[in-house]
Amino acid sequence: MTAKRDITLNLNGRDFAIGVEPRRTLADAIRDECGLTGTHQGCEHGVCGTCTVLLDGEPVRSCLMFAVQAEGKRIRTVEGLADGDTLHPLQESFMKHHALQCGYCTPGFLVLAAGLLEKDPGIGDQELREALSSNLCRCTGYAAILKAVRAAAEAMRGR
Amino acid sequence: MASEKTRVLGHPVERLEDPPLVTGRGRYAGDINFPHQLHMRMLRSPHAHARITSIDTRRAEALPGVVAVWTHADIAELGPVDFRADRASEILKPYRQPVLADGRVRYVGDPVAAVFAEDAYLAEDAAELIAVDYEELPVITRADQEPGEFDTGLGTEAAFLTHTFGDVAAAFAGAHKVIELDLFTGRHSGVPMETRGAIGRYDAARDVLELHGAAKVPHRNKDTLVNMLGCRPDQLHVYESHVGGGFGIRGELYPEDVLVMVAANRLDRPVKWIEDRMEHLMCANQGREQRHLARVAVDETGRILAMEDEIFHDQGAYVRTHGSNVANRTMCMLTGLYDVPAFKAVTHFRLTNKTPCATYRAPGRFESTYVREQLVDAIAAGLGLDRIAVRRLNLIPEDAFPYVLAFDEPHVGSLEFDSGKYELLMDKALDAFGWEEADKRLAERRAAGEMAGLGIGLFLEEGGRGPSDGAIVSVDTKGGVEVVTGGASLGQGFETAMAQLCAEGLGVDYRGIRVIHGQTDRIPYGIGAHATRATVLTGGAVYQTALTVRAKALDMAAELLQLRADDLDIVDGVVGRRGDPKGPTVTLGEIAKRMQPGSKALGGRAPGLSAEDFFNPTDTVFPYGVHLAQVCVDPGTGGITVERFMVAYDVGRAVNPAMVEGQLVGGCMQGLGGALYEEFAYDERGQPLAVTLADYLLPTMGEAPDIQCLVTEDAPSPLNPLGMKSAGEGGINGVGAAIASAVNDAIGIPGAVTQLPITPQRLRAILRRAGR
Repeated sequence: MTAKRDITLNLNGRDFAIGVEPRRTLADAIRDECGLTGTHQGCEHGVCGTCTVLLDGEPVRSCLMFAVQAEGKRIRTVEGLADGDTLHPLQESFMKHHALQCGYCTPGFLVLAAGLLEKDPGIGDQELREALSSNLCRCTGYAAILKAVRAAAEAMRGR
Repeated sequence: MASEKTRVLGHPVERLEDPPLVTGRGRYAGDINFPHQLHMRMLRSPHAHARITSIDTRRAEALPGVVAVWTHADIAELGPVDFRADRASEILKPYRQPVLADGRVRYVGDPVAAVFAEDAYLAEDAAELIAVDYEELPVITRADQEPGEFDTGLGTEAAFLTHTFGDVAAAFAGAHKVIELDLFTGRHSGVPMETRGAIGRYDAARDVLELHGAAKVPHRNKDTLVNMLGCRPDQLHVYESHVGGGFGIRGELYPEDVLVMVAANRLDRPVKWIEDRMEHLMCANQGREQRHLARVAVDETGRILAMEDEIFHDQGAYVRTHGSNVANRTMCMLTGLYDVPAFKAVTHFRLTNKTPCATYRAPGRFESTYVREQLVDAIAAGLGLDRIAVRRLNLIPEDAFPYVLAFDEPHVGSLEFDSGKYELLMDKALDAFGWEEADKRLAERRAAGEMAGLGIGLFLEEGGRGPSDGAIVSVDTKGGVEVVTGGASLGQGFETAMAQLCAEGLGVDYRGIRVIHGQTDRIPYGIGAHATRATVLTGGAVYQTALTVRAKALDMAAELLQLRADDLDIVDGVVGRRGDPKGPTVTLGEIAKRMQPGSKALGGRAPGLSAEDFFNPTDTVFPYGVHLAQVCVDPGTGGITVERFMVAYDVGRAVNPAMVEGQLVGGCMQGLGGALYEEFAYDERGQPLAVTLADYLLPTMGEAPDIQCLVTEDAPSPLNPLGMKSAGEGGINGVGAAIASAVNDAIGIPGAVTQLPITPQRLRAILRRAGR
């Protein structure tokens, strides 16, 4: 279990050739082996959603997967949301609506919401609330997050 | 001050903090790495109370990649984690926590050994190879049970504390009616999304021992570490980077912080420790657990004649950095915003075999507000009066300020409430909420068989704790502004607030200001961010210092422009004559250039467009608020739905209304957690029952009600030039009170709720007892 395996992770369109123990979580590999520390860890048991990444477009909790299981998948993290210097509408909206305070849960919420809205910017409000209820925030009380995601959805529908 | 163009004070501007945080470029403790670093893993006690009979670390040490394994014997010369300097109390000192357990463990999670290894996974493997033999000892899990022995000759009641004023006995003897309640506030805590973390590093080239991952009170922790490790202040520095939430519990000095420093020094390699969530839920400070035997004496009109309370405070296994502060704050804030002629509170400050406790957002105030407001509701119910009317009758009137609360005990400092218009805020809140209309509608719903009701909680806050804060403001030759503070940021928007205050004072764009906090090598004095002090104290210092720099700039500009300084204004960093847009101007950058050392333009002036100044307010400030709740109870399940919630709060002066609202709504949500869901429960052997986020239930968006905010500025503080009063804890303070009040109203049984959180099981038990 402690013998390292060579794998390639594709993060935000870029290949990272790394050596990891089979037991190493995807979250740890993204952070430590690939150096993309925007993906945070809040509970390491799949409850808080802070480590959410998009795996082939689907939101998953990277603390509940081993890095070796993610080989061959397209992984998108918070670092892959902006298009160069142009921020993702969700990133703009979070700043505008004060949808973050400490910012620790923010990457998880942004990635989760990006996964939802890019698939369906017309997502219903109840469905949106339900989906966003899968991540935890301890600072904002959620009101500003919901407002920001709704506003971003509006902007994305208009594009 | 600054003209309209740069005026951002009082505006909901975007936060300076956000761009790196939304793009994944923040730097939290876990993101900090140093070459050649080791990873620390703690082995913790599985027992709530036991004697350690032997520890065998040999198998762990033999694991390749393990550099060292330490037990108490390896750090025997190191004293326990000390109180903060201002909390020193001789009688509490024997109850401090050792860095590693010294022959005895006192709660599940108590650190027993530390492993230092090349890799975090490996360190965890090694910790599992340490063999410890324990001999279990009797366990105390409640503060209201018979006290036991903490150590030889030392009882578990560490202190018996009292706060009194007035003739309580006479008031009770002459009372029309005495109302009594037995109330309990459950154990919960801040649970920030980022767990704790600490990275120790010794830089031999500079002979400096560094602690990274600090938060909340970096300067205080530096002082404590300097004392504990016996070095010179210039040899140890503490650095705060991004912090993933604090809420009072994060950033205090814990055993692990001390250990990474000692290890970095002794092993001569950087040492990184990142707490996992289970450790966090067993080891980081918890709070709130108190039992109150409270009673109040009233006359026939409902006027309060005296209040009395016997408190059993569960401190957990050790006395941490705050001493008995939370128990003391509980007592001195108990009368709140009511005019109470006589008062007596006593606290049994007791140790139990559970996780140690200290401050969690609105410490002592969430608890005391819950007790006081339940008493007031009970007065109304007992005398058949309207609960709003009873409050109105007892509020401290507008003309009574400054209102002094002086206690008989010579060592207990008096409180001086600076300003307040309590009745005005209550009326505004009731009006904005539509209380009367809602009350009517809910009566109809109840008549139709629903269990729905309204609740109210009035509370007093205390903020802006001194004694002093400093700031250094300097303008560089390109016009950039740096503000160095001894403050701290836990994610509350500290940098933005400081920049807004500096921009207001100096006359520059807030977006061009860099705010430094939590770096002990940049400014020698600082207190940090606790007791909702940052905006008032550090902000006060920043504003004052910015004004000093402004005066220097205008003085120099007057000479350069050949105009009178009094006629000049600074707009977006450009100095010119007020009301003369076409006249001559000079930029702050140019002025800074002209004020460099050796510049001929200096004349007799000291070089540099910069200043350092201190703000020394005479006392703390007292913001206040009103919480209103509307709930619906499902009698079948005991589930409670919060349909509406209002936080009305007088903040004195809002620096950034969006950030104030963020504090209030976020705090309110945490309060709802503590009132309804969150609880650190323990079994009879002291085993914690909530050690994952699947057991410790943080509210999600699914539970989030519509929280309305009403922020007023009707009673600015006379104690600082801008009238600021701070906002950090007003969102949470009255939530337990308002929710309990609403549930009692919904089920139609006054005084039914006696314990927080009001879980479905507890509510079902109440309804069963009432035959419902």
